[in-house]
Amino acid sequence: MNPFIEIITQPDNIAIVIMILMVSFFMVWAFQQALENDKLKTAGYAVEGENDKDVDTYKPLVRIELLISLAVMLFLTVWSIGVDAPLEEIANPTLTPNPAKAPWYFLGLQELLVYFDPWLAGVVLPSLIVVGLIAIPYIDINPKGNGYYTFSERKYSILIFSFGFFILWLLLIVIGVFDRGPGWLWYWPWQEWDAHRVVFEPTKDLSNLVGVESRSLAGFIIGAIVVGAYMIGGMVWPYKYWQKKNPELLQQLGMIRYVTIVFLFITMMSIPIKMILRLIFLIKYVWITPWFNV
Amino acid sequence: MNDLFDKVKKNLIWKSVFRRDYRDNVRDRALAIFGNVFLHLHPVKVRESAVKLRYTWGMGGITFLAFIILTITGVVLMFYYHPSVDQAYSDMKDLEFQVPYGVITRNLHRWGAHFMVIVVMIHMFRVFMTGSYKAPRQFNWGIGVILLVLTFLLSFTGYLLPWDQLGFWAITVGTNMGAATPLLGYQGPFSEYLHITPYNDIRFALLGGATVGGNALLRSYIWHCIAIPLIATVLMVVHFWRVRKDGGISRPQNH
Repeated sequence: MNPFIEIITQPDNIAIVIMILMVSFFMVWAFQQALENDKLKTAGYAVEGENDKDVDTYKPLVRIELLISLAVMLFLTVWSIGVDAPLEEIANPTLTPNPAKAPWYFLGLQELLVYFDPWLAGVVLPSLIVVGLIAIPYIDINPKGNGYYTFSERKYSILIFSFGFFILWLLLIVIGVFDRGPGWLWYWPWQEWDAHRVVFEPTKDLSNLVGVESRSLAGFIIGAIVVGAYMIGGMVWPYKYWQKKNPELLQQLGMIRYVTIVFLFITMMSIPIKMILRLIFLIKYVWITPWFNV
Repeated sequence: MNDLFDKVKKNLIWKSVFRRDYRDNVRDRALAIFGNVFLHLHPVKVRESAVKLRYTWGMGGITFLAFIILTITGVVLMFYYHPSVDQAYSDMKDLEFQVPYGVITRNLHRWGAHFMVIVVMIHMFRVFMTGSYKAPRQFNWGIGVILLVLTFLLSFTGYLLPWDQLGFWAITVGTNMGAATPLLGYQGPFSEYLHITPYNDIRFALLGGATVGGNALLRSYIWHCIAIPLIATVLMVVHFWRVRKDGGISRPQNH
């Protein structure tokens, strides 16, 4: 069979195809409604839902809940009749499959292992994602756009969230499911997997670029300076920028909120930065210490 | 025909269940909601936008429905499953070949689980896009994030139960991450200062051993079937309660 058809029709992968379709649909629908509301606002009209009246729960809401429930159950039943849940050979601790993939919703994190050591990719970054998500309502002090779709009133928060959600979360999952084969090497969905394929990629560490051994003291210092400069510079520079441009905003945010926002943001942006370093400049580590590597 | 209706409806048993007739007036529409233990999760009146599919997409409710479907199919599957290394895999084969409707029950459980993960993520996206996490709903957003994580963990702990290669290695890969936890995992940074070994680290606590074995299977089973559903149920109660107490489905604030 065509390898592309084969990979997207594997029983567990059908869920990913359904996810791609559903997420794309709702993404378009959300942004379409946001733009519609923005148009209404600029024209001076009320946004969708602003002049809502109360209606009885029974029956309008109960009816629609019943209909959706039936539709969902029908959908799941058809899916379950059409596709059988996979059951592989009995567990065998002596036979490691290649590749050994985590469940699909964790494949984004497994994909991060290409770029970060496990303590970052598997523990610190996921914890920060959860903490960061919970923190959103407390660090987003923009009172606008509460209770309706909008884009123009919340541009930055929507752009940052969308980047994290669609690119760093969902796209990495899709890559992990469809584009990773034996040895976690990149395979296009239409390529045959080859368990014997070897890719020779002479990776180096950042300090090697200036001719310094990365495991030496000098390499350690260079790495510390680069990572430190990124974190401290990332904290200070936006502060200076906003102080000039919009000091009121900083005032409203306060120090704790500012530090939290910027810390979460530069941590998030370190992911694409490290990806570029790794993929384009073949850099494995920025900073090697006796305890951990970044 | 009317005689028959009267016979069915005008007797002690029927009246003990339904109390009174439904007439389509304001009072009875309200009674239909708060006279029913399930429906009274709703307010008696809701905003128009709560009824419009285009605003909420029904995603939170669909997630709850998926949870209910998974609870029901999960209980059915539990009747046929032993969480032991010797029996787990053959129980799966029994489900496939011996148990009436075993295949479709398992299929519903597995696809329902994938479906729930997908819808709960879309629910989060919707709540973000409508700014519904903003005051006064900040706390409920946090509850929701924890419920999202619990959904992942529910699905993850269920992965090992068939005791096949797919689940075994997915759990091996997943829990190996735990070994890299700073301070608490034996491969993590700084753990040597706490004398952490493969036999006392966080991964050992997750698996009940240094490798994925019988203890890990039992732990997965109990987390999957009892512990996480209990925690999730409590948090769902809080989540739904807070939706009501924070003013129902969010809407533009300038009223």
